[in-house]
Formats: sequence, C-alpha cells, structure tokens
Amino acid sequence: MAQIFHPSTNTFSKVSIFGAVFFIGAALWILGALERSPFITRAHVALEQPVPFSHRHHVTQLGIDCRYCHTSVENSSFAGIPPTETCMTCHSQIHATSPMLEAVRASYRDNKSIEWIRVHDLPDFVYFNHSIHLKKGIGCVSCHGAVGDMALTWRENSLNMEWCLECHRAPEKFVRPRAQVFSTTWQANDQQAALGRELVQEYKIQKLTNCYICHR
Amino acid sequence: MKINGEGANLDLAQLRQRLQEAKGPQYWRCLEELADTEAFQKLIHDEFPQHEQVWENSLNRRDFLRVMSASLALAGLNACTKQPQEKIFPYVRQPENVIPGQPLYFASAVLHNGYANGVLVESHLGRPTKIEGNPQHPASRGATDIFGQAEVLTLYDPDRSQVVTHLGRISTWETFISAIAAELEMQRVNNGAGLRLLSETITSPTLAAQLQTLLSAFPAAKWHQYEPVNRDAARAGAQMAFGQFVETQYRLSNAEVILALDGDFFSDMPGSLIYSREFADGRRVTDGAKMNRLYVVESSPGLAGTMADHRLALRASEIESFARALAIEIGISEEHDPRTTINNQQTKWLKAVVEDLKQHRGACAIIPGEQQTPLVHALAHAMNNALGNIGQTVIYTEPIAAQPVLQNESLRELVADMDAGKVDLLLMLGGNPVFNAPVDFVFAQKLDKVQLRAHLSLYNNETSVLCHWHIPELHVLESWSDARAFDGTGSIIQPLIAPLYNGKTAHEVIAVFTGQAGQAGYDLIRDYWRNQNLAVDFEKFWQTSLHDGVIASTALQPKASIQQLASSIEHRASSNQQPASSIEIIFRPDPTIGDGRYANNGWLQELPKPLSKLTWDNAALVSPAFAEKHGLSNKDVVELKFEGRAVNAPVWIVPGHPQESVTLHFGYGRSRAGKVGTGIGANAYELRTSNAFWHGAGVEIRKTGERYLLATTQMHHSMENRHLVRTGTLQQYQEHPEFVHEMGHEPAREMTLYPEHKYDGYAWGMVIDLNSCIGCNACTIACQSENNIAVVGKEQVENGREMHWIRVDRYYEGDLDDPAVYHQPVPCMHCENAPCEPVCPVAATVHGDEGLNEMVYNRCVGTRYCANNCPYKVRRFNFLLYSDFETPSLKLLRNPDVTVRSRGVMEKCTYCVQRINAARIDAKKEDRRIRDGEIVTACQQVCPTEAITFGDINDPNSRVSQLKAQKLNYGLLTDLNTRPRTTYLARLRNPNPALEENA
Repeated sequence: MAQIFHPSTNTFSKVSIFGAVFFIGAALWILGALERSPFITRAHVALEQPVPFSHRHHVTQLGIDCRYCHTSVENSSFAGIPPTETCMTCHSQIHATSPMLEAVRASYRDNKSIEWIRVHDLPDFVYFNHSIHLKKGIGCVSCHGAVGDMALTWRENSLNMEWCLECHRAPEKFVRPRAQVFSTTWQANDQQAALGRELVQEYKIQKLTNCYICHR
Repeated sequence: MKINGEGANLDLAQLRQRLQEAKGPQYWRCLEELADTEAFQKLIHDEFPQHEQVWENSLNRRDFLRVMSASLALAGLNACTKQPQEKIFPYVRQPENVIPGQPLYFASAVLHNGYANGVLVESHLGRPTKIEGNPQHPASRGATDIFGQAEVLTLYDPDRSQVVTHLGRISTWETFISAIAAELEMQRVNNGAGLRLLSETITSPTLAAQLQTLLSAFPAAKWHQYEPVNRDAARAGAQMAFGQFVETQYRLSNAEVILALDGDFFSDMPGSLIYSREFADGRRVTDGAKMNRLYVVESSPGLAGTMADHRLALRASEIESFARALAIEIGISEEHDPRTTINNQQTKWLKAVVEDLKQHRGACAIIPGEQQTPLVHALAHAMNNALGNIGQTVIYTEPIAAQPVLQNESLRELVADMDAGKVDLLLMLGGNPVFNAPVDFVFAQKLDKVQLRAHLSLYNNETSVLCHWHIPELHVLESWSDARAFDGTGSIIQPLIAPLYNGKTAHEVIAVFTGQAGQAGYDLIRDYWRNQNLAVDFEKFWQTSLHDGVIASTALQPKASIQQLASSIEHRASSNQQPASSIEIIFRPDPTIGDGRYANNGWLQELPKPLSKLTWDNAALVSPAFAEKHGLSNKDVVELKFEGRAVNAPVWIVPGHPQESVTLHFGYGRSRAGKVGTGIGANAYELRTSNAFWHGAGVEIRKTGERYLLATTQMHHSMENRHLVRTGTLQQYQEHPEFVHEMGHEPAREMTLYPEHKYDGYAWGMVIDLNSCIGCNACTIACQSENNIAVVGKEQVENGREMHWIRVDRYYEGDLDDPAVYHQPVPCMHCENAPCEPVCPVAATVHGDEGLNEMVYNRCVGTRYCANNCPYKVRRFNFLLYSDFETPSLKLLRNPDVTVRSRGVMEKCTYCVQRINAARIDAKKEDRRIRDGEIVTACQQVCPTEAITFGDINDPNSRVSQLKAQKLNYGLLTDLNTRPRTTYLARLRNPNPALEENA
C-alpha cells in the first residue's frame, strides 16, 4: 500500500509544531509590546488642548511655582487644575487681548469651565494620592517628566502598574530631599544611591506594595 | 409573581417534639432548617445555590468548546483596551474651602415622622454621597437609623417628581402662584372659611410660625394634620393622665429594670436611637458586671422583644388588660377589675416583674408602645409615678410638635368638612392621604368634592394624581428648613446641593399663601431665627448653629412640676376594649419602608426585615400554631377579610408571634410609587380603619390556594449549627467566665501548612458585641451607601445573590412558640489563614501585610473559587451588571473613593479600606501612628449601640485589643484554624431567677 503522506510531511509537521510555539511566543511578545507602547499608554503623545498652554513658558521662563496653579497638591489626592480665575489673575493684564487666550476669557465671561483634555489619567480602579508622595520626597518630575521643557504637555510615563511598582519596590532609587520636590532642575547626579538610602530612613518610607494601597 | 405549590407543609407538631427532645441549646434560623426538610437539605447540599446555572438551555460539548475557545481568545485582549480620553472641568471661580479630592462635611438634619435626627453629610465637590450621624446632636450622638442612611438614595431617585403639574399637565410655579392668588382673594371675603391645610407632623418652628401667620390672616381657615404613623395614643394617654399633652422621654441610662408594654423603643419612637444607645450602655458587661434587665410584653414581634430577658407574647388587645393587672399589682388601683383576664402563667410572670420593679424604685422604667391604647399610656404614667421613676428614668416636657393634635380626629374633621362641601381650597403639605388615610374615611372620594386641591410632594403619588396642582417638593438635602428632635433641640436644615429639579419647600409654598410669594427658603428660615433674639450677635449665632447642627440650648427642660395625675384613670377609661375572642389583625409600619414613603428606595426594599428576613414584600405574619391550626404554610396566599374589605397576602410564619393574630405591615401595595416600589406587596391600608388603627378583632382568613414567591434571605449563607452564636446568662458568666471558650475548639497556631504571616505594623481587627446588637440593620445600609453596593432586585435575591457585605443573621433558640432571638452581624472575617486566598488562580484575593484580606477587582476573572471556599459565606459575586452605570442622577450618588464594580467580579467587605488609607495618609503627613479610634468603619459609625469596634490589634491598649482580651470574645468556626480577625463577644441574658424555669 502506498504511503498516504509524503516523507516531506515529517518536516512540515516538525516545523509547524515548533513554529506554533514561536508563533504564540511572538504573538504574546507583540501584545506585551503593544500594551507598553505609546499607542496604548499615550506616553510622549502631546495632546491638543483648548488653550495651547505651555509649561515651558510658565515654569521655566517665568519661574512660576507648581503650586501657584496646582493648589491642592500638598493637601489632597488630586493636585488640582486651576480655576479660570487663576489664569485671569495675570491674563486680565498680560496678553489680555491675545486670540490664543480667547477660550480662557470666554470661560471667565460665560462662567463655563475650560474643557481640558486629561493628560494623566489613571484607570478608575486605581486610587493615587499626590499629597503623600510629595511628603515622602517624590518630586513632580519623577513621574511627570521634565514638565519645564514641555511646550504642550504630554504624559512622560506609561502609568502602567509595573511602572508604579518600580518605585514602590525600590523607593531609594527615586526619592529626593523634600526641599527639592517642586524643583524641575534638581539632579542627584551620582549621589542617588547613598542619598536614597538615607532619605528612605529619614522619611520612614515603607515599601507599600499591598494591593489595597491603590486598589479599593 | 405567582408560583405553583410544591406546597410541602411543614409538620409543626413533629418540630415541637424534636425541639423538646433536643438536649442543650438548639439554634435555628428558619423552620425549614429545624424540620430538616428536603428543600433545606438540597439548599445545604448545593451550598452555593446562587452559583447554580439558571440558564434554561444546556450547552452540548461542541457548543461549549466553541464558546470556550472564543472566550479564551478574547480574554487576553481584554487587558489591551485603550482607555477612553477624559476631560477635566475645573471651576471658573473655585469656592473657598473646596479642595478637590477632599470631602467636606455639613451638619444638617433628616426627618423621621416629623422629628429631626442630626446628621453630618459627606459632600464631594458639591454632591452629597453619605450621611453620618452628628455626634453633637442629642437624638443621634453619631448614629443614624436605616431611613436616615437611605435618604441620600431618595435624593438622587430619578423617579422623584420634577415639574409643577396642573391637571396632569406640565405647568409652572408662576402659574400656580397666580392661580392661588385669585382663589385666596375669594377666600379673603369670608375669612378663609373654605381654606384647609393638611400636613404631616410638623416640628419646624419656622413652618409653624408661618402657618400661624396664615391662620391669623384667614381666621376661619383650618390646619389639619395626619400621618399614618402618628402618636395619637401617646397624646390621648397623656391627656387622660395629666389633662394635657406632654412629651414623654426616657433616661434609660438610669434604668436597671425596663418593662416595655408593646413598646419597641429601639425603632418606633422619636428618641429610639438614644434609647438604644442607653439601653446598650447598661447592657455591656465589658465595663463592669452590672447589667440591666428587660421585660417585654409584645404583640407583633419587634426588636425590643428580641433583646428581652423575658418576653411575653400577648395578643394586642390583651395588653391593655395586662397593664390593668399590672397597675393593680403595683398599687395604683385597689379594686380588682373584672375585665382583667390573665391566666395563671401570666400572673406568675406579672408578679415576678412587679417584684423586680418594686425593688428598683426610681431605677426602672415602664415604656408603653406607640401603638397601644391611650389607657396603657395613662397607666404607664401612673405606674412610673408610683415607682418613683418620674424625674429619674422618665421625664416629661412640653410637646415637641407644633400644635399637637389627635391626628385621626383632625383628619376625620377634615373629611367631614370636605363631604359637607365646606372646603374650597385644600393645600396638602407632603403626605399621601389617598393611599394611607383610614379606609373608612374614603378620603379619595371625599377629596373629589373639594374645588381646588394642591399637593406638595416629593413624588407624584396617589394623592398628587387626584389633585389639580402638584408641586414637586425639595428633598431634605436640598432645602433650607428647620426641625426639632425628640428632646426639643432645634436644628437648621441646610441644603447640600442645589435643587436637582424645580422643587419648592413647604416654607416657600406657605409663603405664597401669606403674601410673601417669591421669598427664598433661606430668608424665611433666617428671618424667623433672627426674630427669636436668642443671641446678641445673630450672625455668630446663625453660623454656630449651622456649623454644629444644633441650636444651642433649645432642648426643652423637664417639667419641674407635672400636673397632678388624674385621680382615677380607671374611671376615665370606662370604654375600654375587651380581649377579643376572634382572630385579630395587627397593623404596623413596615420595618424597612416605613409607612410607604420609602417604597421607591431600593436599598430599603432589599434590606431584609429584621425578623422575617423578607425582602421586597410584606406578608401576613402568623404564629406557627396558627399556621398549624389553619393549615397554612409559608408563601400560601390568604384572603384577609376585615370589616367587609378584603386583601390578599402571602403567609409568613414567625416564631414568637402571638396566637390568633395576624400582623400585616402597611406601606406596600403602592400604585404610584415609582419604578422600584409600584405594585409590590399587599396594601394593608385597605383594611386599616380609624377604629382598628393599630389592631382590630374579627378578621377572617381564607386560603386561596395560590402561592406567592417571597424572597427571603433567612436560609441564605447557612453555616449549619456550629456554635456560631454563643450565649449564656450573666450568672453563668460571673460564676464561670470561661464558658464561652469551652463551647468551641481552637487548634494550635502552628497547625497549618502555610507559612505564618508576620504583622509588624498595624494589624486591623474588629469586635462585634452581640450583647449590644439589637438587629436594626443600620450597618447593612451604611455599608451599602459607603461602598457603592448595588441593588439586585427580588428575583436575584430569591436566587441568593443579594450583595450586602454585612448581613445580620437572626437565630432562634428553643421553643417554637416563644423562642429567644439572637442577632449576629456577619461581615468578612479577614482570616489570617484565609481559605479564599490560596484558591484564587489569578491572585485577585491576597493577604495584606496588615492582615487585610484584599480583594482586587481589576484582577478578578470571576472563577468564584474564593466564594466556594469561604466558610463564612461573605463573598458576593456580580452575576449580572447590577450597578447602574446609565442613570445620570445615580452617578452622583457614588462614593468616589470606592470602585464601582462591574459584572463578573467578586466583592466583599474590605474593612472600609478607603477609610484606613485616608487615615494612614493623614497620619503619615503628620509623622505619627494612626491613633486608636481614628479609623471608623461605616458599620461602626452608624451603629446606634456601638456594638462594633475596629482598630489595631497589635496595640495592646487599643479598644479593640481590650475587647478581644475579654472572656466573652470568640471567633466563628475557629476550629477550622482560619483565625478570623473579626470576632464576637457572646450574648448574655440577665434572667430573673424567679422566672427561670430551669433554675
């Protein structure tokens, strides 16, 4: 009786079995990469806002402190988006007729909020608190990146859980002196390892990695 | 929802025998369990009936594989969804003190039957989300009842009335004002002879003053009051005893012996929260070995009876006779009244009680029930006087309500006037008399004779639809108003949110009638208090009163000299009722939806009633013996015929119910309640007459042969009889304090395969004192409100899928006809060796460093292995999308600090981890440890009796550690070596040795 399968079938079957493993592996790898890619995380994607607000101009060129606008950052979970009134404290005098700021003036005039597009948006099942991170010596730029250099604001980091855990598992790598948390220019240079260990001691920083710290 | 009878009747005689033969205490939750019926066996066998397939069509193997492969393929992709882009809407001008992310608390008050209960309302960026009691308020002291908790859901109820209607069509407030102005002009000619007002009980000083202004402008007009749960009996009783209306208050902290005569002082009275607190304070043996003693004589079983050391179930009509016998025994009246008929056993009981009362002169209290007759109240006054309790445990003040009247008479008068055509304009402030007036008044029919009818109401209800004008009322959380509490303390009610709809308050409606149309509620209230001149600096007074939630020194002082008791109460009470020989019907407000006004509140509908554990329905409650005699079993529909009117209701057997009586709770059977409450339950108001307001004799009961599906939770989450509730007597405890521990067995700590957890920092734990728990269910509702717990509906409850994170189990012990009752709240135990943790394939439930058993919703894939492995059955699964993600107003309701769970996710008590985290952050910001008592869980906060304590068990000085060190402390199912963090203090009774049969 003639053979049903040609001898080459052996090769085909071997290749396809191993191929399947590679295929599945590759598929998983692609999924993982996709999940971490800016396509999903929107990291480094500058968003178009109703007003082209420039942190570079306000923070670096004018030297305005973060807390001038983000007033509740030291007291609350939410850092606070400034009310239109805050913008108008200056802009009723400076660039008072600039067409770029029409949306701000309209908001103030009509008593309607400026509809900012949210840049840093955690999923609804994650609870983050700004105030305690500042208190423990985590600087703004540690998470938000070099905001002082951003003309339009983007998300510097993925905000994925693995990214949060990088610091929650090893806070000494990121902690800075409390006096420098609002600084956009402070650098630990090569002192971070020693300084970090010291500050973790001094600030009594725990490695809080229990789920309920953020999920509840 | 009709079901066809598998109708297996319980053999109650056999049950009795079984109970008699049993040795030692027998605890049982329901008759089916006791009888060990097949249905119950199946329930136990299935163990998790809620997990069973409910789909009718079964999958074959191929379909199964097809579905599974598709789900597997899609499951992984689930995590890759891109988050939708969201917007931020900052303020244009940010109000002072508002910090986004930080809640604010405002003091206000909520009303129950007209009386104020002080609250603190949590507000997140202008939306009230949670109600807490106001610790400074004398009626609250930090606690609320279930109704107070649920107000926040009523506020956001999408079915609330939203527009002014005229003849059923949308109209405007301005049109209403001009229509009324024209009518008032006509009324002015004859001094308002055709003008009538009908309100519920009013304690608002401002509204009372406004009504007086109105009545002085129209001297011939009349103000009537009616509420289906009114205090007529107490008022008439006071009149009988003192010749005037007085308000009775109890000081139970001074009472060592308490006798309640059908008086459920845990739930029925304006001061109930405080009475519960004071009762529990005298009950706790943790702070000393003294314990008060409670005797309860009751008809329909209530909360007081469940806490009684000795309980006597009498028919409602027998209680008056018992009170008379009691009065004779105490020495109020010398002559024996031939109408007093009590049997030997009752006489023995009575003599022992009287002896005990006499031994505690000045330290005992007799509490008559709001639903008992005036004579019982009058006799109670006389007896309290004879026992030297006045000024000690019982005090009298001026009435709290503005213009107290006998409300039934008031309504009768109004109906007569309407019938005679004397009423041209009727304004109803709230209430729903078409639904809840005594049926013999035929209110709806008489209402038709009134030329112009206007109704202010939160809902467009049964009464609104029969009125020309309907004005939507503002909810208490949207209004400026004021009210007084049970002791007279005034509170300013302030709005927490701008009106959601175009509502008005009663103040603004009355202002239309007094020529102040357009005046804002705020100005009316402020002006009233300004004119009271209570303080030199009004602004300071106003701000302080608003801030504190109480108006300083407005509590009424006890009457120094109460007018001499009427000489012969017996004489005045000549027309008293006889114990009836026929079947009696007892009317009571529903334990969860009140008189029907909360019918559209899903939280309250789904809350299991304290004793029957029924949800979403009322039933004709009868005793086991009665059911036996008439061949009834649970869920049989019977026709109740009373004075020529008939209502169908399903039967529910309640052990401990008095014989030859049927209790029917009113409040159900609404025809215009809203989407949630319309058309469910039996309408008891159709039987309730002015003569048989609380009870009446001569009801006929007929089995219809139909069966009705009642959703009860009493069999759910059964753990079978494993010493879950441990009880003893005070004497037992004093002589042998270890008895509680000897009831169970605790394996050695090292008897586990799993590595030991280390708790270096905090270790959270909870103690629930069963001795204090009165079973009021407030914890369940508070938890629901705090943790965004969904309402699932009757059908899902029937499937065993209710979502409450803390349930209150009710156990019976002993005799079928007069069992002892124990309440046991069961939240998650947060076991140190939690059986749920190792079985989760995706690590969605894991052990925290502080001993919290964490539930991570975003990891959960819904295998439900954890629930299967939980011996305490405290895990709840979202079988369907129970949370309402669509209704806009309900989105405002949610606590922003807690995730709203979606379909397919397991959930359970978290020990209010959001509150723990908030306290942790606060403490860290101040570089200190969390203080003892800083974290208060929602169930703990609401508890009127402070039965729940939470804290750090690593701190030996914390309150919770001290309680855990008590001899009475025990854990549930500790023989499984789960090491629960939630433990219980055993329940103790303090029986009178003279009445203890086994002694």
